[in-house]
Amino acid sequence: MPALTAEQIHQRLAARFGEAIGALSPPKKDPFFTIAPEKLLEVARFLKSDPELSFDFLQDLTATDHPKDGVIKVVYHFYSYQHRHLLAAKVHADRKSPELDSLEPLWKAANWMEREVYDLYGVTFRGHPDLRRVLLPDDWVGHPLRKDYSEAGGYHEISNVRDNPLDLYLNLDRMVKAQQPPPPAPQPAAAAAKPAAEPPKGA
Amino acid sequence: MSLDQLTITRVGDRVEHADQGEMVLNMGPQHPSTHGVINFVVHADGEVMKRAIPQVGYLHRAIEKIGEIVTYNGFMPYTDRVDYLAAMFANEGYAIAVEKLMGLQVPPRAQYLRAISCELNRIASHLVSIGTMAMDIGAVTPFPYALRERESINDLIEALCGARLTYNYHRIGGVAFDMPDDWIPLCRKWLDHFDKTLDEWDRLISRNEIFVQRLAGLAVVPAAMAIDYGLVGPNLRASGVDFDLRRDHPYGAYADFKFEVPIGKGYAGARAGGKVGDSYDRFYCRVLECRESVRITRQACDKLPGGEFMAKVPKKIRPEAWSEAQSRIEAARGEMAYYVVSDGGERPYRVRARTGSYLAMGIIEDLSRGLMIADLVALIASLDVVAPEIDR
Amino acid sequence: MKELLDKIVLERLGHDPATWPLTQGVYLAAMLLVAVLLVTFGAVFAGIVSWWERRVAGRMQSRIGPNRVGPGGFLQWIADALKLILKEDLIPDESDKVLFRLAPYFVIVGFLLTFVVLPFGYHLSATNMNVGLFYVVSITALVVVGILISGWASNSKWALFGGIRAAAQVVSYEIPAGLVILVPIMMAGSLNMHDIIRAQGGNPWNWFMFQTPMGFAAFFVLFTSLLAEGNRTPFDLPEAESEIVAGYNTEYSGMRFAYFFLAEWGNLWVMSAILTTLFLGGWQVPFLDSRLRMWEAAGPGNVPAWFYLLSAGVFALKTLILVNVVIWIRWTFPRIRVDQMMSLCWKYLVPIAMGLVVLTAVNELVSFQIWGPKAQEPVGLSHPRGWIHFAWFAVGGLLPLVAFAMKTRRNIALTGDRVDLTNW
Repeated sequence: MPALTAEQIHQRLAARFGEAIGALSPPKKDPFFTIAPEKLLEVARFLKSDPELSFDFLQDLTATDHPKDGVIKVVYHFYSYQHRHLLAAKVHADRKSPELDSLEPLWKAANWMEREVYDLYGVTFRGHPDLRRVLLPDDWVGHPLRKDYSEAGGYHEISNVRDNPLDLYLNLDRMVKAQQPPPPAPQPAAAAAKPAAEPPKGA
Repeated sequence: MSLDQLTITRVGDRVEHADQGEMVLNMGPQHPSTHGVINFVVHADGEVMKRAIPQVGYLHRAIEKIGEIVTYNGFMPYTDRVDYLAAMFANEGYAIAVEKLMGLQVPPRAQYLRAISCELNRIASHLVSIGTMAMDIGAVTPFPYALRERESINDLIEALCGARLTYNYHRIGGVAFDMPDDWIPLCRKWLDHFDKTLDEWDRLISRNEIFVQRLAGLAVVPAAMAIDYGLVGPNLRASGVDFDLRRDHPYGAYADFKFEVPIGKGYAGARAGGKVGDSYDRFYCRVLECRESVRITRQACDKLPGGEFMAKVPKKIRPEAWSEAQSRIEAARGEMAYYVVSDGGERPYRVRARTGSYLAMGIIEDLSRGLMIADLVALIASLDVVAPEIDR
Repeated sequence: MKELLDKIVLERLGHDPATWPLTQGVYLAAMLLVAVLLVTFGAVFAGIVSWWERRVAGRMQSRIGPNRVGPGGFLQWIADALKLILKEDLIPDESDKVLFRLAPYFVIVGFLLTFVVLPFGYHLSATNMNVGLFYVVSITALVVVGILISGWASNSKWALFGGIRAAAQVVSYEIPAGLVILVPIMMAGSLNMHDIIRAQGGNPWNWFMFQTPMGFAAFFVLFTSLLAEGNRTPFDLPEAESEIVAGYNTEYSGMRFAYFFLAEWGNLWVMSAILTTLFLGGWQVPFLDSRLRMWEAAGPGNVPAWFYLLSAGVFALKTLILVNVVIWIRWTFPRIRVDQMMSLCWKYLVPIAMGLVVLTAVNELVSFQIWGPKAQEPVGLSHPRGWIHFAWFAVGGLLPLVAFAMKTRRNIALTGDRVDLTNW
């Protein structure tokens, strides 16, 4: 069973789904293309069931956050054990309310991976049987891997800010000196003895 | 309130009602045998479990978020902590991904050094896995034996890179240090000793009747189910799928080595009820992989080329804007995939480590219906999940 | 012992034992003394065997074991006992406080009471009960009550698991144990421990284990059942550390925890002593059978004092060898699962035990037919019955021993090691 290249896979998909498939990216070290979000499940089904593609392994499911473009790009990597070819595809989800179809009915591996994307990015997946946080506690607020995530002031009164210990170390000398008492004032007797001991200044 | 609503387990947003007569137990996060801090909420009817719901995240250290803050080179020590039992693989995966982004060619000596250190680390990781599995099943003695062998590996790797657990040895473009002059004879001597130790292990536990009876036929994972759930590495091969990244998509120096890939064949034997893809297969595939790693290390030591151990890498690593790369390596616990996205700056835009243990957790809940609690322990041990890989 | 005490009252104290009102006081004092001796023996043995087990386990695992406290770590158990006594006595808030406190005492009492009938040497035991063996089997049942109570009273689900597993296991394995001790009882014709020992001889081919193949099989069935009753690996499910944390003693700390473990280690002696009595000839000394009979025939008081000591030494040696075998098994084998344990008991051991009982009964009947009424007395090699015993001993004892030694040497050579006893 021959392994297809990225171009061939892209052509096959574009022939079948037309505009739902974006253009293949210029080969910047790993080619990928985009899939329209509404056609995601159909394309995925085709990827799995087509005998020349037969992607049976959902190798990776992750996301990248692009606040400047207003999207969260969910990245899918598929792999076929039969044909030994790999495919990378992205689906853009609108950043304000990211929602996509879940691929869990097709590949059970998507179950935990989509939970992680939900946990860290906030993307909800329609049709996922058990979408809840996985890596963070259940009552965590916020989605940390987003670029605009800010620590919400601690978790259950455990603070998550502290002084930079490097600052403390670099300024240690100054802080210690500031805490010591000032040195004693010079005595008048020593001041009177000084002019006799001073060597004559050269003109 | 009716009796069956009396015990409610709130697992996240999912509310689990315990049926009448069911006991709800917490196995973990502090437990002697959950391989790290993992929690299982177990609904048990006596000894038989109805459900075992895993809860992870106790070891989440936000490594992927840190990847966006530090430089490309500075992230390398963090990759050690992604799986501290098999840290060389994590190093290598990240290094290969960034080398792909930068278009760097790693010199052959560095690739051989990478292969040697990785295979030794694979043996070390499998030793821990086998030892803890025996200990979880009740035979305490094989665990110190495993640690004794692992001490020798730690000493060898310490001579290479100065560290015993979190190595930071592979760097972007090659490896950090060259091999000392007297290293290869020491390594060969230890490899000869280790072959005999594996035979001793076989005599001690692999053929022990009680051990076989505990694991044979337990939690059989057919090949289609393994692929569907995304199992990788020894777990996948034990289910009968003949796939190994080192042989099928060779990276680094692996194309130069001859080795077998052990796959599951029902090693427990028909009399004990062994099937392809049961826990005994997963265990025994790891033992066989140790032997293959010994072969690979011997070949690599024989053929080690001279030359540079580090490519010419620019001082500041700045890949092209908006390029991305995925590297796949055959780690000890399966295929580890690093996905690195660059935005043109000196810090990555996104680093993602997809590990084998994370996917293996997804299958535990579905496999554990109807098992006994003692079997759950054996199942987790046979899947070789470690908390750092799951939580990162 | 009553005669001895009466003699002391008469000769040393100068009173007639039947009429003196304080005779009962003397009896009581003597019983207390013996009780203190036995309890001390049990506790000290438990402590010492804990040290020994840790050293043996360490050497088996390529490490040393305790070696800091005292020479070779010998005082480690004293240090541990002191530490446990001085620890805070934690009782969980939600537990059943009365039962929580009570449970260790059931276990300890059940364990210590067995010492009452255990023989230690020739005429050396606290009592000479006619139903000694029956008493032992029934009194060890007290231990499971303690374990079950501790599991329940701890109010912890893991402890409950341990308690229930223990109850299932110990109660189940009492059946094959009880059945299979009928084999030496039938072969000796008595329940009295000393009579059973007398029915065996000093030489190995006169031991019940090697006299007939049924004795051989019965030894292993009893060995397995006693391992299960003592909660030793491979049957240590009730306290399986890797599954249920610590089973029934999860919530126990300090001296209460020490009681459980005292009972477990001390039980090694009891287990091995029972096996030695029933199957390995007890205190009988090899080659001295006929001399002993000669001394006894000449009248009481004729047996020299060194024979008492020698018999005690032989008994202790046999018991300690078995203790070492139990320790060896513990650190080699994994643990079996609950359902496998139950199926082993009910599907294998119980039918085998029943079969052995029937076969032994048949054997004894035939034996009485052939050899007449003296068929159960130990004989030497001059007698044809002695040849039969020796033949079974050669097959059941010598052959496996030689094969085992050869296999061990081969295993050691295959690893590339040598036998090195200096490396202790």
